[in-house]
Amino acid sequence: MIKKLFAFHGGIHPPAHKTESTVRPIVHAPLPTQLIVPMKQHAGDAAIPIVNVGDVVLKGQLIGKPTSKLSAAIHAPTSGVVTSIEHHLVPSADGHRDLCITIDVDGNDQALAFAPFLYQQKNREAILDHLQAMGVVGLGGAVFPSAAKLLADHGKPIHTLIINGSECEPYISCDSMLMRERPDDVVRGVALLQHLCGAHDVMIAIEDNKPEAIAAMDAAAKKHGGGFQIVTLPTVYPSGGAKQLIKLLTDIEVPGGQHAPEYGVQCFNSGTAYSVFRAIDLGEPVITRIITVTGNVRTPQNYEACLGMSFRELLNLAGEESNTDGHIVGGPLMGYRIDSADMPLVKAANCIIATSKKLFPSAPPALPCIRCGQCVEACPADLLPHDMYWHAKAKNLERAIDYSVRDCIECGACNYVCPSRIPLSQYFKQAKVELAEQDHAKAFANTSLQRFERREERLARLQNEKENFHAADSSLEENAPEHSETDLKTAAVQAALARARARRASQGDASS
Amino acid sequence: MIGAVILVTLLACITALFRIGLARLRPDASDLENRINAELPQTQCGLCGYPGCRPYAQAVAMGKADINRCPPGGDRGIEKLANILKVSFKPLDTTRGISKAPTIAVINEAHCIGCTLCIQACPVDAILGAAKQMHTVLRRDCTGCELCIPPCPVDCIDMLPATIGVH
Repeated sequence: MIKKLFAFHGGIHPPAHKTESTVRPIVHAPLPTQLIVPMKQHAGDAAIPIVNVGDVVLKGQLIGKPTSKLSAAIHAPTSGVVTSIEHHLVPSADGHRDLCITIDVDGNDQALAFAPFLYQQKNREAILDHLQAMGVVGLGGAVFPSAAKLLADHGKPIHTLIINGSECEPYISCDSMLMRERPDDVVRGVALLQHLCGAHDVMIAIEDNKPEAIAAMDAAAKKHGGGFQIVTLPTVYPSGGAKQLIKLLTDIEVPGGQHAPEYGVQCFNSGTAYSVFRAIDLGEPVITRIITVTGNVRTPQNYEACLGMSFRELLNLAGEESNTDGHIVGGPLMGYRIDSADMPLVKAANCIIATSKKLFPSAPPALPCIRCGQCVEACPADLLPHDMYWHAKAKNLERAIDYSVRDCIECGACNYVCPSRIPLSQYFKQAKVELAEQDHAKAFANTSLQRFERREERLARLQNEKENFHAADSSLEENAPEHSETDLKTAAVQAALARARARRASQGDASS
Repeated sequence: MIGAVILVTLLACITALFRIGLARLRPDASDLENRINAELPQTQCGLCGYPGCRPYAQAVAMGKADINRCPPGGDRGIEKLANILKVSFKPLDTTRGISKAPTIAVINEAHCIGCTLCIQACPVDAILGAAKQMHTVLRRDCTGCELCIPPCPVDCIDMLPATIGVH
């Protein structure tokens, strides 16, 4: 049966560049000599290191403990010795540093004993705790802790589970290769996710430019017999955006500021389903990921590599050409350039592209906006990028909010179609960062105010208590008879004399 | 006769209700102060010349102080106050200080003598310690107001860039 689809607004058709890396199977990257494992590889709060420099760690051993519900565990990807716990450059658009644990690999790959998690005997909370302890996060790009996503109660039962295997961005092929090579495991993960969210309908969505993945997943789903529906999507970027995919499959438009579960829909990436399978059926934490190494390399392909391995080594494995002039983490539309490839592989990194003048010619200078409206036609979030652009550029954030800049998914479709080659989405990204900073400052001001007011209250109370105490003290003094120092002395002398008299009297009695 | 009495009573009641309603609609004097205070950064640094953010908000609301006296709020803060008061933007009064990137206080623990003077100066209770015990600043709660700097007898407090952000 062919499912009826409901097209979302806009979208573009950039060249896919996927076949370069899909002609070769997934290869296990050899163990590097050193791993730099960041403590924050997920959205939310960073994990805190629980090992010390000099400790010997085993593959799969917990090294970073989650600090809140919105956090995920970090494990040692292989065995070795912890040599430092310091800040290192981590893959990010703004090039910041984060706390990382450096492990000198001993090469033995000695692992902890992994045992399957018997989820049938556990309640939902216990299973979610296990997922958090295994470091399972969404691998679609946002790296949101999966347990937190499943735990959030939106007051509505989930009726539909969508598995996002769309992988619509050019160059990236890690999800499609995963579904081609390990479809049974992915389907098993899907079944576990269905068990966890209680959805009745399960749809696995894959774009029609990946026929091998569709065939493999279809066969695996049939074999499993869970009634999972494999949906073939037309190839339109960004059909893999969560809200776009939900519209495409269910005709539900999730409004800005709201989340899909509020409408009874949960969405997980196919790579996440695979992580769930490994965490529960094998009891293995997330210590590796599949990454597409492509672009200006001799053998573009997918590697399954240890988290913390440097991009440089992965690029060397794929045979990076000498005329490479830069690197992009993620795809060419939503990814970001990094200054140096000496950064560790993290859970979020699905692709690294080596760039060259030929593959990625430098962008010509941006020309003025001619208000042609092509960006409006392309915008999958149904926004008005050309209007939003003025306000974002002028840093008039209030007006940018009026144009729903917060709903921009930063897909870059507007940049792609802009005849003036204005990097529109960069302005929106920047505006969103500034908005987030403002929100943060506002929240901080609120806590500061609270702390200040509580302190004032406390000081006033203490002052009050002090005054009351003194008042009580002085009133006592007023009522009591005056005892001067000399009075006390005379009283003591009188008492001693009285005692002596009494003694003499008693002695006199005894002698007489 | 009874009809007229009822009519007059009704009219009186309606007028009374209107008056109560109008009183509710009229903006409270402290409402403006609250709105201004909500846009201030709550560092409680006193750079504006008032002993805290709320006193400054009060002064601005009463028209006694200008809108450009808050260095930590910066240009954006001035813009916000200008919007509330429907007046035009004016640049920061630099005699009050300059707008700079957020900082936090850090105590050099080797030099701290445990005098508790900084604890008493901190407006947001962000310094922890006891007499003759080493003190430390709660990074998460420090507003960077610098009020702890002058009382320190051994000059062991430094202002460092705040790294807490939105990553």
